[in-house]
Amino acid sequence: MRGRAVIAGIGHTAFGKLPGRSTISLNMEACRKAVADAGVEKDRVDALFVKVPTSRVEMMYGQKLAEAMGMTPRVGGVWDQGGASNISMISFAAMAIEAGQCEVALVTLADNPRTGTRQAYEKPWSDDAIFGWSSVVAGYAMIARRYLHDTGLSPDVFADIAMACRKHGANNPHAQLRLPLTRDMYGDSPWVVEPLRRDDCCLVSDGAAAVVVMSAERAKALNVPAPVPILGFGQGHSSCDVPLRPDLTETMAGVSGRTAFAMAGLGPEHIDVAQIYDCFTITVAMTLEAYSFCRKGELGRIAADGGFEVGGRLPLNTSGGLLSETGMPGLQLVLEGVRQMRGSSVNQVTNAKTCIVSNQGGIMHTHSTMILGQ
Amino acid sequence: MSDTASAERQGPPPSDWGPPGDAYWAALDEGRLTFQRCGACGNGWLPPRTECPRCWSPDWRWEKAEGTATVVSWVIYHTAFDKRFQERLPYNVAVVELDEGPRMVTNLVDLPDGQQDLIGRRVELVVQRDLGRALPRFRLSP
Ligand SMILES: [Zn+2]
Repeated sequence: MRGRAVIAGIGHTAFGKLPGRSTISLNMEACRKAVADAGVEKDRVDALFVKVPTSRVEMMYGQKLAEAMGMTPRVGGVWDQGGASNISMISFAAMAIEAGQCEVALVTLADNPRTGTRQAYEKPWSDDAIFGWSSVVAGYAMIARRYLHDTGLSPDVFADIAMACRKHGANNPHAQLRLPLTRDMYGDSPWVVEPLRRDDCCLVSDGAAAVVVMSAERAKALNVPAPVPILGFGQGHSSCDVPLRPDLTETMAGVSGRTAFAMAGLGPEHIDVAQIYDCFTITVAMTLEAYSFCRKGELGRIAADGGFEVGGRLPLNTSGGLLSETGMPGLQLVLEGVRQMRGSSVNQVTNAKTCIVSNQGGIMHTHSTMILGQ
Repeated sequence: MSDTASAERQGPPPSDWGPPGDAYWAALDEGRLTFQRCGACGNGWLPPRTECPRCWSPDWRWEKAEGTATVVSWVIYHTAFDKRFQERLPYNVAVVELDEGPRMVTNLVDLPDGQQDLIGRRVELVVQRDLGRALPRFRLSP
Protein backbone atom coordinates (compact mmCIF):
# COMPACT_ATOMS: atom_id res chain seq x y z
CA MET A 1 0.00 0.00 0.00
CA ARG A 2 3.04 2.27 0.18
CA GLY A 3 2.21 5.59 -1.53
CA ARG A 4 -1.19 4.38 -2.81
CA ALA A 5 -3.10 6.81 -0.59
CA VAL A 6 -2.43 10.52 -0.29
CA ILE A 7 -3.33 13.42 1.90
CA ALA A 8 -5.03 15.64 -0.66
CA GLY A 9 -6.03 18.58 1.50
CA ILE A 10 -5.54 20.07 4.94
CA GLY A 11 -7.48 22.63 6.97
CA HIS A 12 -7.59 24.04 10.47
CA THR A 13 -9.23 26.71 12.61
CA ALA A 14 -7.49 29.32 14.73
CA PHE A 15 -5.89 27.82 17.87
CA GLY A 16 -6.30 29.00 21.43
CA LYS A 17 -9.39 30.49 23.04
CA LEU A 18 -12.42 30.26 20.79
CA PRO A 19 -15.32 31.04 23.10
CA GLY A 20 -18.83 30.25 21.96
CA ARG A 21 -17.77 27.75 19.28
CA SER A 22 -19.19 24.24 19.43
CA THR A 23 -17.04 21.28 18.39
CA ILE A 24 -19.47 20.77 15.49
CA SER A 25 -18.82 24.29 14.26
CA LEU A 26 -15.05 23.90 14.68
CA ASN A 27 -15.06 20.56 12.82
CA MET A 28 -17.04 22.06 9.97
CA GLU A 29 -14.65 25.00 9.56
CA ALA A 30 -11.63 22.68 9.39
CA CYS A 31 -13.40 20.33 6.96
CA ARG A 32 -14.54 23.23 4.73
CA LYS A 33 -10.91 24.41 4.50
CA ALA A 34 -9.49 20.91 3.93
CA VAL A 35 -11.91 20.18 1.09
CA ALA A 36 -11.17 23.59 -0.47
CA ASP A 37 -7.41 22.93 -0.15
CA ALA A 38 -7.83 19.62 -1.98
CA GLY A 39 -9.89 21.39 -4.64
CA VAL A 40 -12.69 18.81 -4.52
CA GLU A 41 -16.45 19.20 -4.28
CA LYS A 42 -17.99 18.44 -0.91
CA ASP A 43 -20.30 15.87 -2.51
CA ARG A 44 -17.30 13.75 -3.50
CA VAL A 45 -16.63 13.02 0.17
CA ASP A 46 -18.14 9.65 1.05
CA ALA A 47 -16.41 8.79 4.35
CA LEU A 48 -16.18 10.69 7.63
CA PHE A 49 -13.77 9.65 10.38
CA VAL A 50 -14.07 11.69 13.56
CA LYS A 51 -12.03 11.79 16.77
CA VAL A 52 -14.22 11.97 19.86
CA PRO A 53 -14.01 15.38 21.57
CA THR A 54 -12.24 14.35 24.76
CA SER A 55 -13.44 17.17 26.98
CA ARG A 56 -17.08 16.22 26.58
CA VAL A 57 -17.84 12.73 25.34
CA GLU A 58 -21.22 12.12 23.71
CA MET A 59 -22.78 9.13 22.00
CA MET A 60 -23.12 8.96 18.22
CA TYR A 61 -21.08 12.12 17.75
CA GLY A 62 -19.98 11.02 14.26
CA GLN A 63 -23.56 10.75 13.05
CA LYS A 64 -24.37 14.11 14.62
CA LEU A 65 -21.50 15.74 12.74
CA ALA A 66 -22.41 13.98 9.47
CA GLU A 67 -25.94 15.30 9.78
CA ALA A 68 -24.70 18.84 10.46
CA MET A 69 -22.51 18.52 7.36
CA GLY A 70 -25.33 17.23 5.20
CA MET A 71 -23.53 13.94 4.63
CA THR A 72 -24.54 10.27 4.52
CA PRO A 73 -21.10 8.60 4.64
CA ARG A 74 -20.50 5.10 3.26
CA VAL A 75 -17.86 4.61 5.95
CA GLY A 76 -17.57 6.52 9.17
CA GLY A 77 -17.62 6.72 12.92
CA VAL A 78 -15.91 8.04 15.99
CA TRP A 79 -12.50 6.83 17.10
CA ASP A 80 -11.33 6.84 20.69
CA GLN A 81 -7.60 6.23 20.95
CA GLY A 82 -6.97 9.62 22.55
CA GLY A 83 -4.41 11.61 20.59
CA ALA A 84 -3.48 8.50 18.59
CA SER A 85 -6.91 8.55 16.96
CA ASN A 86 -5.92 10.92 14.16
CA ILE A 87 -3.21 8.91 12.43
CA SER A 88 -5.17 5.73 13.09
CA MET A 89 -8.21 7.25 11.36
CA ILE A 90 -6.08 8.30 8.38
CA SER A 91 -4.72 4.76 8.11
CA PHE A 92 -8.21 3.22 8.43
CA ALA A 93 -9.40 5.65 5.74
CA ALA A 94 -6.51 4.60 3.48
CA MET A 95 -7.36 0.91 4.02
CA ALA A 96 -11.07 1.49 3.41
CA ILE A 97 -10.23 3.29 0.15
CA GLU A 98 -7.90 0.44 -0.88
CA ALA A 99 -10.69 -2.05 -0.11
CA GLY A 100 -13.12 -0.15 -2.32
CA GLN A 101 -15.37 0.80 0.58
CA CYS A 102 -15.15 4.55 -0.10
CA GLU A 103 -13.29 6.99 -2.33
CA VAL A 104 -12.75 10.30 -0.60
CA ALA A 105 -12.50 10.45 3.20
CA LEU A 106 -12.50 13.35 5.61
CA VAL A 107 -10.63 12.82 8.87
CA THR A 108 -11.40 15.46 11.44
CA LEU A 109 -10.86 16.47 15.05
CA ALA A 110 -12.26 19.32 17.13
CA ASP A 111 -12.28 20.07 20.82
CA ASN A 112 -12.84 23.04 23.11
CA PRO A 113 -11.33 22.24 26.52
CA ARG A 114 -10.02 25.81 26.87
CA THR A 115 -13.32 27.67 26.87
CA GLY A 116 -15.67 24.70 27.17
CA THR A 117 -15.37 21.97 29.82
CA ARG A 118 -12.30 19.95 30.82
CA GLN A 119 -14.28 17.62 33.00
CA ALA A 120 -13.11 14.47 31.27
CA TYR A 121 -9.47 15.42 31.92
CA GLU A 122 -9.92 16.15 35.61
CA LYS A 123 -11.86 13.18 36.89
CA PRO A 124 -10.18 11.16 39.63
CA TRP A 125 -8.72 7.78 38.75
CA SER A 126 -10.79 5.00 40.37
CA ASP A 127 -9.84 3.85 43.87
CA ASP A 128 -6.30 5.22 43.56
CA ALA A 129 -7.64 8.79 43.70
CA ILE A 130 -7.70 8.35 47.48
CA PHE A 131 -3.90 8.60 47.43
CA GLY A 132 -4.16 11.92 45.58
CA TRP A 133 -3.43 10.12 42.29
CA SER A 134 -5.20 12.11 39.58
CA SER A 135 -4.48 14.13 36.43
CA VAL A 136 -2.81 13.19 33.18
CA VAL A 137 0.38 15.12 33.92
CA ALA A 138 1.06 12.99 37.01
CA GLY A 139 1.02 9.83 34.89
CA TYR A 140 3.68 11.28 32.63
CA ALA A 141 5.64 12.56 35.63
CA MET A 142 5.67 9.03 37.08
CA ILE A 143 7.15 7.79 33.79
CA ALA A 144 9.56 10.75 33.53
CA ARG A 145 11.05 10.12 37.00
CA ARG A 146 11.74 6.50 36.10
CA TYR A 147 13.12 7.51 32.69
CA LEU A 148 15.63 9.97 34.20
CA HIS A 149 16.65 7.31 36.75
CA ASP A 150 17.09 4.53 34.18
CA THR A 151 18.89 6.57 31.52
CA GLY A 152 20.96 8.78 33.83
CA LEU A 153 19.98 11.73 31.61
CA SER A 154 19.45 15.17 33.11
CA PRO A 155 16.29 17.24 32.52
CA ASP A 156 18.43 19.22 30.05
CA VAL A 157 17.11 16.84 27.42
CA PHE A 158 13.55 17.89 28.26
CA ALA A 159 14.64 21.54 28.05
CA ASP A 160 16.19 20.93 24.60
CA ILE A 161 12.92 19.45 23.32
CA ALA A 162 10.80 22.28 24.74
CA MET A 163 13.21 24.94 23.42
CA ALA A 164 13.10 23.55 19.84
CA CYS A 165 9.29 23.36 19.80
CA ARG A 166 8.90 26.83 21.27
CA LYS A 167 11.46 28.32 18.84
CA HIS A 168 9.59 26.87 15.87
CA GLY A 169 6.24 28.00 17.29
CA ALA A 170 7.53 31.54 17.70
CA ASN A 171 7.90 31.73 13.88
CA ASN A 172 4.43 30.31 13.23
CA PRO A 173 1.77 33.01 12.88
CA HIS A 174 -0.93 30.44 13.75
CA ALA A 175 0.76 29.32 16.99
CA GLN A 176 -1.04 29.91 20.25
CA LEU A 177 2.21 30.49 22.23
CA ARG A 178 4.85 32.47 20.34
CA LEU A 179 7.32 33.04 23.17
CA PRO A 180 10.73 31.42 22.61
CA LEU A 181 12.09 29.51 25.60
CA THR A 182 15.60 29.76 27.07
CA ARG A 183 17.24 27.11 29.24
CA ASP A 184 17.04 29.50 32.21
CA MET A 185 13.34 30.14 31.64
CA TYR A 186 12.80 26.38 31.52
CA GLY A 187 14.71 25.87 34.79
CA ASP A 188 12.75 28.67 36.46
CA SER A 189 9.34 27.47 35.37
CA PRO A 190 7.31 26.08 38.30
CA TRP A 191 6.86 22.40 39.04
CA VAL A 192 3.45 21.02 38.15
CA VAL A 193 3.98 17.43 39.20
CA GLU A 194 7.69 16.95 39.89
CA PRO A 195 9.78 16.06 37.87
CA LEU A 196 7.69 17.87 35.24
CA ARG A 197 7.66 21.65 35.05
CA ARG A 198 5.10 23.94 33.47
CA ASP A 199 7.28 24.19 30.35
CA ASP A 200 7.26 20.40 29.96
CA CYS A 201 3.48 20.50 29.51
CA CYS A 202 1.46 21.18 26.38
CA LEU A 203 -1.05 23.96 25.97
CA VAL A 204 -4.78 23.63 26.49
CA SER A 205 -6.48 24.74 23.30
CA ASP A 206 -9.73 25.05 21.45
CA GLY A 207 -9.51 24.27 17.77
CA ALA A 208 -9.98 21.82 14.94
CA ALA A 209 -8.04 20.27 12.09
CA ALA A 210 -9.02 18.07 9.17
CA VAL A 211 -7.45 16.23 6.26
CA VAL A 212 -8.81 14.77 3.02
CA VAL A 213 -7.58 11.26 2.16
CA MET A 214 -7.96 9.62 -1.26
CA SER A 215 -6.03 7.31 -3.56
CA ALA A 216 -3.04 8.72 -5.44
CA GLU A 217 -4.79 7.70 -8.64
CA ARG A 218 -7.95 9.65 -7.83
CA ALA A 219 -5.93 12.69 -6.74
CA LYS A 220 -4.35 12.69 -10.19
CA ALA A 221 -7.71 12.30 -11.94
CA LEU A 222 -9.19 15.16 -9.88
CA ASN A 223 -6.16 17.44 -10.45
CA VAL A 224 -5.55 17.79 -6.71
CA PRO A 225 -2.87 20.52 -6.59
CA ALA A 226 -0.50 19.15 -3.89
CA PRO A 227 -1.18 15.54 -2.85
CA VAL A 228 1.25 14.11 -0.27
CA PRO A 229 1.79 10.33 -0.40
CA ILE A 230 1.40 8.25 2.74
CA LEU A 231 4.36 5.86 2.69
CA GLY A 232 3.68 3.92 5.87
CA PHE A 233 1.62 3.65 9.01
CA GLY A 234 1.39 1.54 12.15
CA GLN A 235 -0.17 1.34 15.60
CA GLY A 236 0.48 -0.16 19.02
CA HIS A 237 -1.52 -0.10 22.23
CA SER A 238 -0.19 -0.71 25.72
CA SER A 239 -3.75 -0.53 27.09
CA CYS A 240 -3.00 -0.71 30.78
CA ASP A 241 -2.54 1.52 33.76
CA VAL A 242 0.86 3.20 34.04
CA PRO A 243 1.60 1.67 37.48
CA LEU A 244 0.97 -1.84 36.12
CA ARG A 245 3.38 -1.69 33.17
CA PRO A 246 6.26 -4.06 33.79
CA ASP A 247 8.62 -1.35 32.52
CA LEU A 248 7.34 2.20 32.91
CA THR A 249 9.57 3.44 30.10
CA GLU A 250 8.51 0.86 27.50
CA THR A 251 5.39 1.36 25.38
CA MET A 252 4.09 0.09 22.04
CA ALA A 253 5.49 3.16 20.24
CA GLY A 254 8.35 0.96 19.02
CA VAL A 255 5.98 -1.59 17.49
CA SER A 256 4.00 1.22 15.87
CA GLY A 257 7.13 2.83 14.44
CA ARG A 258 8.61 -0.44 13.16
CA THR A 259 5.32 -1.30 11.42
CA ALA A 260 5.31 2.09 9.69
CA PHE A 261 9.00 1.90 8.72
CA ALA A 262 8.53 -1.62 7.32
CA MET A 263 5.58 -0.53 5.19
CA ALA A 264 7.51 2.50 3.92
CA GLY A 265 10.66 0.44 3.31
CA LEU A 266 12.59 3.08 5.26
CA GLY A 267 14.50 3.41 8.50
CA PRO A 268 15.16 6.28 10.92
CA GLU A 269 18.28 7.19 8.91
CA HIS A 270 16.03 8.12 5.96
CA ILE A 271 13.86 10.59 7.88
CA ASP A 272 14.43 14.31 7.22
CA VAL A 273 11.99 15.89 9.66
CA ALA A 274 9.89 14.65 12.59
CA GLN A 275 6.56 15.77 14.05
CA ILE A 276 6.48 13.94 17.39
CA TYR A 277 3.52 14.08 19.77
CA ASP A 278 4.67 16.43 22.53
CA CYS A 279 1.88 16.46 25.07
CA PHE A 280 4.83 16.42 27.49
CA THR A 281 8.55 16.58 26.77
CA ILE A 282 9.04 13.02 28.13
CA THR A 283 6.73 11.73 25.38
CA VAL A 284 9.07 13.04 22.69
CA ALA A 285 12.14 11.58 24.38
CA MET A 286 10.62 8.11 24.69
CA THR A 287 9.08 8.15 21.21
CA LEU A 288 12.33 9.09 19.46
CA GLU A 289 14.13 6.29 21.27
CA ALA A 290 11.33 3.82 20.52
CA TYR A 291 11.60 4.77 16.84
CA SER A 292 15.34 3.97 17.03
CA PHE A 293 16.55 7.46 16.17
CA CYS A 294 19.04 6.72 18.93
CA ARG A 295 19.66 4.09 21.58
CA LYS A 296 17.86 4.39 24.88
CA GLY A 297 19.56 7.03 26.99
CA GLU A 298 21.52 8.50 24.08
CA LEU A 299 19.03 11.21 23.20
CA GLY A 300 21.51 13.85 24.28
CA ARG A 301 23.53 13.11 21.15
CA ILE A 302 20.69 14.31 18.92
CA ALA A 303 19.82 17.18 21.23
CA ALA A 304 23.37 18.56 21.27
CA ASP A 305 24.04 21.81 19.37
CA GLY A 306 20.39 22.50 18.57
CA GLY A 307 19.87 19.11 16.94
CA PHE A 308 16.09 19.38 17.18
CA GLU A 309 15.97 22.76 15.44
CA VAL A 310 15.67 23.44 11.72
CA GLY A 311 19.17 22.95 10.33
CA GLY A 312 19.96 20.41 13.07
CA ARG A 313 20.28 16.64 12.92
CA LEU A 314 16.57 15.93 13.41
CA PRO A 315 14.32 19.01 13.04
CA LEU A 316 11.42 18.48 15.42
CA ASN A 317 7.86 19.83 15.54
CA THR A 318 8.50 22.54 12.99
CA SER A 319 5.16 24.30 13.56
CA GLY A 320 5.65 24.37 17.33
CA GLY A 321 3.94 21.14 18.31
CA LEU A 322 1.54 20.78 21.22
CA LEU A 323 3.95 22.78 23.38
CA SER A 324 3.65 25.91 21.25
CA GLU A 325 1.36 25.73 18.20
CA THR A 326 -1.71 24.20 19.85
CA GLY A 327 -2.39 21.67 22.57
CA MET A 328 -5.04 20.11 20.33
CA PRO A 329 -4.39 16.38 20.27
CA GLY A 330 -2.44 15.36 17.22
CA LEU A 331 -3.82 16.20 13.82
CA GLN A 332 -1.93 19.51 13.65
CA LEU A 333 1.29 17.47 13.52
CA VAL A 334 0.03 15.71 10.40
CA LEU A 335 -0.81 19.06 8.82
CA GLU A 336 2.72 20.29 9.45
CA GLY A 337 4.14 17.08 7.99
CA VAL A 338 2.11 17.73 4.85
CA ARG A 339 3.41 21.32 4.67
CA GLN A 340 7.00 20.11 5.01
CA MET A 341 6.49 17.65 2.13
CA ARG A 342 4.89 20.40 0.04
CA GLY A 343 7.76 22.78 0.86
CA SER A 344 5.39 25.31 2.42
CA SER A 345 6.25 25.32 6.13
CA VAL A 346 7.19 28.60 7.83
CA ASN A 347 10.13 26.60 9.21
CA GLN A 348 10.85 24.68 6.03
CA VAL A 349 13.58 22.05 6.26
CA THR A 350 15.71 22.30 3.12
CA ASN A 351 15.24 19.33 0.80
CA ALA A 352 13.00 17.48 3.25
CA LYS A 353 11.67 14.41 1.41
CA THR A 354 10.38 12.29 4.27
CA CYS A 355 8.57 13.16 7.47
CA ILE A 356 7.63 10.89 10.36
CA VAL A 357 4.60 11.84 12.46
CA SER A 358 3.67 10.30 15.79
CA ASN A 359 0.34 10.41 17.58
CA GLN A 360 -0.10 9.22 21.10
CA GLY A 361 -3.05 8.86 23.46
CA GLY A 362 -3.75 8.47 27.14
CA ILE A 363 -0.62 8.17 29.21
CA MET A 364 1.38 6.58 26.44
CA HIS A 365 -1.32 3.89 26.35
CA THR A 366 -1.84 4.05 22.65
CA HIS A 367 0.35 5.01 19.74
CA SER A 368 0.07 5.60 16.01
CA THR A 369 2.76 6.45 13.45
CA MET A 370 2.74 7.74 9.88
CA ILE A 371 5.47 8.38 7.34
CA LEU A 372 4.85 10.94 4.63
CA GLY A 373 6.86 11.36 1.43
CA GLN A 374 6.80 13.27 -1.83
CA MET B 1 -10.34 20.49 57.41
CA SER B 2 -13.47 21.23 55.43
CA ASP B 3 -11.93 19.52 52.39
CA THR B 4 -11.29 16.36 54.37
CA ALA B 5 -14.75 16.42 55.92
CA SER B 6 -16.51 16.82 52.58
CA ALA B 7 -14.35 14.06 51.09
CA GLU B 8 -15.50 11.70 53.84
CA ARG B 9 -19.10 12.58 53.15
CA GLN B 10 -18.66 11.92 49.45
CA GLY B 11 -16.72 8.73 50.07
CA PRO B 12 -14.21 7.32 47.64
CA PRO B 13 -15.10 6.95 43.97
CA PRO B 14 -16.38 3.50 43.00
CA SER B 15 -13.94 0.86 41.85
CA ASP B 16 -13.58 0.33 38.11
CA TRP B 17 -12.97 -3.36 38.53
CA GLY B 18 -16.06 -4.81 40.17
CA PRO B 19 -17.10 -6.24 43.54
CA PRO B 20 -13.77 -7.76 44.69
CA GLY B 21 -12.71 -4.20 45.54
CA ASP B 22 -15.01 -4.23 48.58
CA ALA B 23 -13.27 -7.27 50.08
CA TYR B 24 -9.86 -5.68 49.47
CA TRP B 25 -10.82 -2.53 51.40
CA ALA B 26 -12.54 -4.56 54.14
CA ALA B 27 -9.30 -6.50 54.74
CA LEU B 28 -7.38 -3.23 55.00
CA ASP B 29 -9.86 -2.09 57.63
CA GLU B 30 -8.59 -5.06 59.64
CA GLY B 31 -4.97 -4.08 58.91
CA ARG B 32 -4.30 -6.68 56.20
CA LEU B 33 -3.00 -5.84 52.71
CA THR B 34 -4.25 -8.53 50.35
CA PHE B 35 -3.96 -9.32 46.66
CA GLN B 36 -5.50 -11.87 44.32
CA ARG B 37 -3.78 -15.10 43.24
CA CYS B 38 -5.02 -17.06 40.21
CA GLY B 39 -5.93 -20.70 40.86
CA ALA B 40 -5.38 -21.57 37.20
CA CYS B 41 -2.03 -19.95 36.37
CA GLY B 42 -0.60 -18.72 39.68
CA ASN B 43 -0.50 -15.06 38.64
CA GLY B 44 -0.81 -12.50 41.46
CA TRP B 45 -2.38 -9.09 40.89
CA LEU B 46 -3.78 -5.79 42.06
CA PRO B 47 -6.02 -3.80 41.78
CA PRO B 48 -8.88 -6.17 42.59
CA ARG B 49 -10.89 -7.45 39.64
CA THR B 50 -13.09 -10.38 38.72
CA GLU B 51 -10.84 -12.25 36.26
CA CYS B 52 -7.14 -13.03 36.05
CA PRO B 53 -5.65 -10.49 33.63
CA ARG B 54 -3.12 -13.11 32.42
CA CYS B 55 -5.30 -16.18 31.69
CA TRP B 56 -8.85 -14.75 32.13
CA SER B 57 -9.76 -17.34 34.74
CA PRO B 58 -12.42 -16.35 37.32
CA ASP B 59 -10.86 -18.89 39.74
CA TRP B 60 -8.77 -16.93 42.27
CA ARG B 61 -8.22 -16.51 46.01
CA TRP B 62 -7.11 -13.75 48.35
CA GLU B 63 -3.58 -13.88 49.70
CA LYS B 64 -2.06 -11.72 52.44
CA ALA B 65 0.93 -9.62 51.38
CA GLU B 66 3.97 -9.48 53.66
CA GLY B 67 3.95 -5.71 53.20
CA THR B 68 7.49 -5.41 51.91
CA ALA B 69 8.00 -3.70 48.58
CA THR B 70 10.33 -1.73 46.30
CA VAL B 71 9.79 1.79 44.94
CA VAL B 72 9.22 1.74 41.16
CA SER B 73 8.74 5.49 40.74
CA TRP B 74 7.28 8.49 42.53
CA VAL B 75 6.14 12.04 41.91
CA ILE B 76 5.51 15.18 43.94
CA TYR B 77 2.30 17.09 43.32
CA HIS B 78 2.69 20.87 43.38
CA THR B 79 -0.80 21.37 41.93
CA ALA B 80 -3.97 19.90 43.42
CA PHE B 81 -5.92 18.59 40.45
CA ASP B 82 -8.18 16.95 43.04
CA LYS B 83 -9.29 19.78 45.32
CA ARG B 84 -9.44 17.46 48.34
CA PHE B 85 -5.63 17.58 48.35
CA GLN B 86 -5.18 21.38 48.08
CA GLU B 87 -4.00 21.79 51.69
CA ARG B 88 -1.62 18.84 51.50
CA LEU B 89 0.63 20.30 48.78
CA PRO B 90 3.30 19.38 48.12
CA TYR B 91 2.50 15.68 48.54
CA ASN B 92 3.88 12.53 46.96
CA VAL B 93 2.34 9.60 45.13
CA ALA B 94 4.41 6.50 44.48
CA VAL B 95 4.20 3.22 42.63
CA VAL B 96 5.59 0.27 44.59
CA GLU B 97 6.04 -3.38 43.67
CA LEU B 98 5.17 -5.85 46.39
CA ASP B 99 7.65 -8.67 46.92
CA GLU B 100 4.86 -11.02 45.83
CA GLY B 101 4.72 -9.26 42.44
CA PRO B 102 1.65 -7.00 42.23
CA ARG B 103 2.18 -3.26 41.81
CA MET B 104 0.15 -0.58 43.51
CA VAL B 105 -0.28 3.17 43.85
CA THR B 106 0.44 4.53 47.33
CA ASN B 107 1.99 7.38 49.30
CA LEU B 108 5.44 7.31 50.92
CA VAL B 109 5.33 8.55 54.54
CA ASP B 110 7.92 9.76 57.06
CA LEU B 111 10.43 10.61 54.32
CA PRO B 112 13.63 12.22 55.64
CA ASP B 113 14.33 15.77 54.43
CA GLY B 114 16.36 16.20 51.28
CA GLN B 115 15.76 12.68 50.00
CA GLN B 116 16.42 12.58 46.26
CA ASP B 117 16.38 9.26 44.40
CA LEU B 118 13.96 6.83 46.00
CA ILE B 119 13.68 4.47 43.03
CA GLY B 120 14.76 0.98 44.01
CA ARG B 121 14.53 1.73 47.76
CA ARG B 122 12.99 -0.94 50.01
CA VAL B 123 9.77 0.09 51.77
CA GLU B 124 7.33 -1.45 54.25
CA LEU B 125 3.61 -1.21 54.81
CA VAL B 126 1.99 1.26 57.22
CA VAL B 127 -1.81 1.17 57.32
CA GLN B 128 -3.10 4.67 58.09
CA ARG B 129 -6.65 5.95 58.54
CA ASP B 130 -7.37 8.85 56.23
CA LEU B 131 -10.27 10.17 54.15
CA GLY B 132 -12.58 7.70 55.85
CA ARG B 133 -10.56 4.62 54.91
CA ALA B 134 -7.67 2.44 56.05
CA LEU B 135 -5.02 3.28 53.44
CA PRO B 136 -2.00 1.10 52.61
CA ARG B 137 0.98 3.46 52.70
CA PHE B 138 4.71 2.74 52.85
CA ARG B 139 7.78 4.03 54.69
CA LEU B 140 11.45 3.47 53.90
CA SER B 141 12.80 0.28 55.44
CA PRO B 142 15.55 0.87 57.98
ZN1 LIG C 1 -4.48 -16.78 35.62
